[in-house]
Amino acid sequence: MSTTLQVSQQIMWNRLISVVEEQALTLIRTAFCTSVREAGDLSAGVFDASGRMVAQAVTGTPGHVNTMAETVFHFIDQFGDTMVPGDVFVTNDPWLATGHLHDFTVVTPVFREGRRIGFFASTAHVVDIGGRGFGPDGRELYEEGLLIPPLRMFKAGVVNQDLVDILTNNVRESDQVVGDFFSLSVCNDTGRKRLLEMLDEFSLPDIEELATFIFAHSERATREKLAALPAGEYRYRMPLDGYDAPVELAVTLSCGGETLNADFTGTSAQSGFGINVPLTYTKAYACYGLKCALAPSIPNNWASLRPFTVSAPDDCILNAQRPAPVAARHVLGHLVPDLVLGALRQACPTLPPAEGASALWNLQISARPTHGTGVGREILMFNSGGSGARPTLDGLNATAFPSGVMTMPVEVTESVGPLVIWRKELRPDSGGAGRQRGGLGQTIELSAREGYALTFNAMFERVEHPARGHNGGRNGGIGVVALDDGTRLRAKGRQAIPTGRRLILHLPGGGGYGAPQDRPAASVARDVEAGYVSELEARTSYPHAF
Amino acid sequence: MTTNTRSARAGADIGGTFTDIALEVDGQLHSAKTLTQYAAPEQAVVDGLLRTLDQAGVAPDQLESLVHGTTLATNALIERRGAHTAFITTEGFRDVIEMRTESRFEQYDLNIVLPTPLIARQHRYTVGGRMSAEGQELIPLDDAALEAIIDAIEAKAYVSVAIGLMHSYRNAAHERRIRDRLQARLPHLSVSLSSEVSPQIREYERFNTVCANAFVKPLMSSYLGRLASGLEARGITCPVYLMHSGGGLMSLASAAEFPVRLLESGPAGGAIYAADIAARYGLDRVLSYDMGGTTAKICLIQDQRPQTARTFEVARTYRFKKGSGMPISIPVIEMVEIGAGGGSLAHVDDLHQIRVGPESAGSEPGPACYGRGGTAPAVTDADLILGRLDAENFAGGSFRLHRQAAEDALHRTITAPLGGDLIEAAYGIVEVVDENMANAARVHAVESGRELDQYTMIAYGGAAPLHAARICEKLGIDRLVVPPGAGVGSAIGFLRAPFGYESLRSAVMQLATFDLATVNDLLADMSREVSTFINETGYRGEVEREFKAYMRYAGQGWEIPVAVARGELDERDVADLHRGFVTAYAQIFGHAIDNLDAEVVSWSLSLRTPIAPVEPRQFGKAPPNERNIESRDMRAIFDARHGQFRDSQVIERRAMPVGNSIHGPAVIIEPETSTIVPAGFDVTRQADDCLFIERLKETAE
Repeated sequence: MSTTLQVSQQIMWNRLISVVEEQALTLIRTAFCTSVREAGDLSAGVFDASGRMVAQAVTGTPGHVNTMAETVFHFIDQFGDTMVPGDVFVTNDPWLATGHLHDFTVVTPVFREGRRIGFFASTAHVVDIGGRGFGPDGRELYEEGLLIPPLRMFKAGVVNQDLVDILTNNVRESDQVVGDFFSLSVCNDTGRKRLLEMLDEFSLPDIEELATFIFAHSERATREKLAALPAGEYRYRMPLDGYDAPVELAVTLSCGGETLNADFTGTSAQSGFGINVPLTYTKAYACYGLKCALAPSIPNNWASLRPFTVSAPDDCILNAQRPAPVAARHVLGHLVPDLVLGALRQACPTLPPAEGASALWNLQISARPTHGTGVGREILMFNSGGSGARPTLDGLNATAFPSGVMTMPVEVTESVGPLVIWRKELRPDSGGAGRQRGGLGQTIELSAREGYALTFNAMFERVEHPARGHNGGRNGGIGVVALDDGTRLRAKGRQAIPTGRRLILHLPGGGGYGAPQDRPAASVARDVEAGYVSELEARTSYPHAF
Repeated sequence: MTTNTRSARAGADIGGTFTDIALEVDGQLHSAKTLTQYAAPEQAVVDGLLRTLDQAGVAPDQLESLVHGTTLATNALIERRGAHTAFITTEGFRDVIEMRTESRFEQYDLNIVLPTPLIARQHRYTVGGRMSAEGQELIPLDDAALEAIIDAIEAKAYVSVAIGLMHSYRNAAHERRIRDRLQARLPHLSVSLSSEVSPQIREYERFNTVCANAFVKPLMSSYLGRLASGLEARGITCPVYLMHSGGGLMSLASAAEFPVRLLESGPAGGAIYAADIAARYGLDRVLSYDMGGTTAKICLIQDQRPQTARTFEVARTYRFKKGSGMPISIPVIEMVEIGAGGGSLAHVDDLHQIRVGPESAGSEPGPACYGRGGTAPAVTDADLILGRLDAENFAGGSFRLHRQAAEDALHRTITAPLGGDLIEAAYGIVEVVDENMANAARVHAVESGRELDQYTMIAYGGAAPLHAARICEKLGIDRLVVPPGAGVGSAIGFLRAPFGYESLRSAVMQLATFDLATVNDLLADMSREVSTFINETGYRGEVEREFKAYMRYAGQGWEIPVAVARGELDERDVADLHRGFVTAYAQIFGHAIDNLDAEVVSWSLSLRTPIAPVEPRQFGKAPPNERNIESRDMRAIFDARHGQFRDSQVIERRAMPVGNSIHGPAVIIEPETSTIVPAGFDVTRQADDCLFIERLKETAE
């Protein structure tokens, strides 16, 4: 058989992707942390002997697209030749791994006939890592929990009990955290076994030749896409709420040739609170946003990510330095795609959507008995606002972008924790008007069950700064955090819900695209009939339709 | 000639394209295939049945039973051809079926379109009143608001109403009260309750399921009524049963009340068909593999029973992608469906790789080689170029395949942009589609905690026998069975289906705080529900009961089924539950977790007629006897494993000797399909006409 089409290499590439998907699935099935099992907040991948990522599972969180891709190099640097079969390594260092302490990254070397031929790595969010708990209130990294530097969690197959004991004594819900810790090593081991089976089946000594094939194809395809962009520099700025002071994100995309650099000069300085973002996480979301628009079908690996580079000044909030607090780094991280897509719009006007709610409205709730000795509960809910209108399509109502997470069923949340969610419903009139309307946000109302008091960690954006419309499209509705008696609450930080009161969240809507007067009357009529837009609002924004 | 002593039973399967009839008379099978008539689907059933009865010489009134399965309900959902339906739900939750899981089913596509909710927002009404997660009334039902909603339902002339309230799987009192009020004022209204259609936790799935039921109910009960009277008018007076998605039979009346249970009944028939063959040969671990024109379906069959699930997805709108359809939570035979069929089209992607499907050439224009104007290369075109199909003898010689058109299509799409030769391109297409299917099977096995290498594959459907052996090679499966009648497998499967029904109820409960009384009440309730369904069918014979608890460690999100010995639990059973869970968990994930409590999320009770114990047959296999083979045509057929053409024997299935093996490479031909037996395998026709294909022990080949 001639090999012009390299059919067997294609088959093996597909198989390798299926190996890492299986690795990821094993983790989802066994994980305790809600964000992993319900929302796919994890990553799984296979790496070659020099630590280059060869394939990665497509999971719910683009935040791990790139962060993990760099991690394995650190372990090779540090442990290199001392690695033996049965070793498993771990870290949660935000700057070496995924940007905050709540993610464990576990790396397992793969040996074949005595030779180290590659690695499996996986990352998952854990329920707790000690410290203040998951929220933005920390002033330094040390308040945010336990940092585990790169070290062995198994040495030649024997568990590092000292590490397990330290963990057990420093985190809340320690059984679940330790359970997730082991789930990560189990999922890597699943990958390791499947890879060895695959190498047997195809009679290969290792994955180097296949990796070379994958890298060559991926890099060529990515560079072809980037070469098609008009050369130039494209800038965009986006004002946001921040924690205690407004924040501005700024980017300059430089295209030319076959690479694309995103430079974040002009972005606000580091915050004194835990909304800072390590550069590795900034890069992950920048790459994700750009890949969606430019190279959606090219799988993630070392070579397909290589033509994308980022740079940022040291003192900026998107390039936080140790020991800055970073626990809620996802809030600004989720807004990075809006930022880079805004700049990209100038190079290719027909691709990017208008700005959206973008940052998830994660609600971390602690329920404690008001008297007596009942059990406390930690409850995590994911909620999404509206996405930005697209050049030819309305925005998506209450749908996550860029995150790919799923919300949890209300019935399940209420069976887990002592609270009642009274409302979780679309929020009319929150989508920015336009030829294409922005996606609607949603409204959530909840209160404690009798005998319990609730506190929650607010990590909400776009309460003061809306998702902006584009090309004449109007802005999306801003978010609101309040009680049912009208009291306004802060959008960031830990707060209590007074007994007898309901917490009310109005999530932001997406921006519109194109001038409202260009929206067809039939679309306006349909929106009014369904109640996405009230008649009053429709008459104001779309008078031509009446 | 007709006599009174014959035993005659029929199965009828309405599919998207064909309506299949299988008639079994004294163990002898007769079948018919007619085009599905969308305007009056019952007509094709009645006509096909009469014709088959006539051919078999059986009078209509001698037919003993008819088992029916249909995709009509599925198609109505896909095409949104249902009744003018309203949905009444809890205040604050109007948009549950629209907000879905708040996620995107495709991460990297900025222009996805979410599926339209089955019932538009203006037809969704909310009423005050609230139950807690434990089923306590937190707020009473708002009667005044309800009466106003009923006014609107009357004024807007809704034909059908779905009712879905929060936590109704624990306490259905409010849902029932709404039904009572609706029926009191509007007696002709069709009403569906989520607590009856799908009493499972997770509001999105349950609400969507009750909406789907309400949406198709008027249509399906009208259809079933016409079918019953149409049959009666032509003298067919036997009982009619409906195949449900869980693989059992139910009465016509139950089907009219719960038409959502008819979804996927056709594919379920296929799995039952494979399970029956598994039972015949005593095979405990079987992978059933069905490949048709547009999709392939894979099902695991353990201990002769198809694996079941509690939820599935219909009407996917985006490349068969998970999450792009609508969830239906009812007991269902679990199948993985992927866009891989004979008509699946190949293209070249940005990475210069060959991709196949899920786009399909369908039956019009069909693959390029059909010569009906198709210009894109389909899997069938590649199969033709690789010698797996005979251009002159396709579909029993009913039409000729155009090799030139296939070559042109491959050239245009594959070799022009990529280089290489036609054979390599065809090999690439077939290898990619086979890998896609093998991969789907591999992932499904992992999800189910199974290892496939000890399995036997049973392959049916028009395109499966062409691809099955290669997929076995990829999966490390050594034994493959290709049963006869593969083209009407679902209809035959209907004849083998047991009377059976499964009830599922949710009640989340940790073992440490287990409430025995509540659970026992629930189980008693489920027992009554299931018995009612079985009684409806008229079946009065022996039944088998199977209780299962769906369990997980408290804090996890994915449950695994654990067998429960009895329907009335005491303290000891709680300890047994824990033990059973830990064992099952360790089997799937390789380790158990200390110190953590487990919880039950849902309970399942199924009742079914027992499988008649049969002495399993052994596969017969004697050494080759060359003289027994009448035809010795040879054809060059491409062997994907070795990457070269091999001279292969061409043998007619009906001319094969029974019991003597034939070594591959060979192709076994019959009008509906061809079975490829590669080098390294042998094939033996069995007395029941199954082809038994086995991988030879690795020797110097």
